[in-house]
Amino acid sequence: MTAETNSFPASRTLLSLFALFGKSDAQGRPIRRLPTRREWPNWAVALVQISIVVAFFGGWELAARLGMVDKFFWSSPAAIFEMGVIFFTEGDAFTDIAFTFRSTLMGFFIGTTAGALLGMSFWWSRNYARIMQPYIICLESMPKLALAPLIIMVFGMGLASKVAIATALTLVVSTLTAYSGVQAVDRDQEKLFYSLGASRWQVFSKLVIPSCIPWIISILRVNIGLALTGAIVGEFVSSQHGLGRAILQAGQTYEIALVWVAVFVLSALSMVMYVAVAWLEKILQKGIVH
Amino acid sequence: MPGRAKLVLDNVSMIFQSDGKPFTALAPVDLEIPAGKFISLVGPSGCGKSTIFNIVAGLQPPSTGRVLIDGEDATGLIGRVGYMLQKDLLLPWRTVLDNVALGMEIRGAPMKDARERALPLLHKYGLGGFEHRYPGSLSGGMRQRAALLRTLLVDQDVILLDEPFGALDAQTKARMQEWLLQLFQDFGRTVVFVTHDVEEAVFLSDDIYVMASRPGRMIEKMPIDLPRPRDRAIVSTPRFVAMKKYCLDLLHMSESGMQTDEAA
Repeated sequence: MTAETNSFPASRTLLSLFALFGKSDAQGRPIRRLPTRREWPNWAVALVQISIVVAFFGGWELAARLGMVDKFFWSSPAAIFEMGVIFFTEGDAFTDIAFTFRSTLMGFFIGTTAGALLGMSFWWSRNYARIMQPYIICLESMPKLALAPLIIMVFGMGLASKVAIATALTLVVSTLTAYSGVQAVDRDQEKLFYSLGASRWQVFSKLVIPSCIPWIISILRVNIGLALTGAIVGEFVSSQHGLGRAILQAGQTYEIALVWVAVFVLSALSMVMYVAVAWLEKILQKGIVH
Repeated sequence: MPGRAKLVLDNVSMIFQSDGKPFTALAPVDLEIPAGKFISLVGPSGCGKSTIFNIVAGLQPPSTGRVLIDGEDATGLIGRVGYMLQKDLLLPWRTVLDNVALGMEIRGAPMKDARERALPLLHKYGLGGFEHRYPGSLSGGMRQRAALLRTLLVDQDVILLDEPFGALDAQTKARMQEWLLQLFQDFGRTVVFVTHDVEEAVFLSDDIYVMASRPGRMIEKMPIDLPRPRDRAIVSTPRFVAMKKYCLDLLHMSESGMQTDEAA
């Protein structure tokens, strides 16, 4: 039967068609094995990653020197580096970094803590939670950054207004997440506590808060990014210090290299904070969630 | 009547309103359980076993009737019995020791005292060396042991156990039953046990109450006069087998009776 099929020209053609998509056996069944994944060693991956960065900045520098991109608008890595040295030695790099860092951290801390407490408070009364829900959703959908000019007017040009904007951004997300945690508290576990004769406060402190902690931990990473965004926008609107102000001022005076320097410093700051929060998250998770 | 009744259900019933029509989850039940007895409730699902437990534990108010513990009205009072739900419900963020101590802690004992009392019991009842582990790393049998010790350590005379071994494999289950009998003897509590497993009920109990569903009700009390302490070998004796068969027949009758009711 097999021999017959093979000798038949039409099926030969069909088989060779299959061969285009991969090997097949005499019956036309494709021959496939479980795909194997070959992993490169870490140093090879790192090498490729570094090469990409070098190629990117090398290409940029080259393109700027050959006049393929406009130096005025795009600057060049060499000019940015020079400006960076000036920014750190003669400029107020450290004042700006400290200012942005402080307002971000304070907004992050206040927003996350207040939001978590507010979200968990909904456990106490279903009526209270139902009454509050539409307002929370309203606040969630509102573009809070649009309030930035108003917040600056109320809180002034200093640190307080930046903290307030960062808080506004992080508060609502934290509230909603903590409330999801409250809703996910195991009803049977609640039943167990009450069967042991627990008071409401005991259920809240020994069951609801620990149950919500993984939810709150999960929001930390998002919040650090949001808090930084809030702080920067606050500095854009009106400020005397901060990396956001440095970017805005450099842009307005067409010092493109300085814009880039501030953006890179900001990215580095953001990365440091992200890594710190990820590390904090890991520690908390190890300590609380098993 | 030998001894004073520890737990009394006096005309307790539970009627829900569903779609405007009354639905009887539990027809009126009268029950008197003497101190120190081990009794089991067996019956098909929907026979009101869990309803009885929730009412006794004060988690659900009955539609009619009263719950008496030691002759005192305990209807709607929480924390008067030890109640172990089907799931072990150990808190994942607490060590085994702190989970077992939870009941005492809630009753206001300082954490240190609660731990000091729980620790020797963990060692005595097969959880030694696991006291600082978290529940996630324990086997199903171990978790049930911890949950049961937590229930016993709330120091209530009446213990309600809702199918504690339902999810365990046959071998673990047999070991856990012997372990429970050991505990029952050591602690001398009054135990009410819910199970689907007739053999388990006969092996463990002094009395079995057979229940039926639709409406949930009690149909017969069956005394199990096997001597204690009981050994696993008892399950193959003719008396044990006869009792098991009798109990199964009662359950079948209640179900076929229900079918004729529906046909009528």
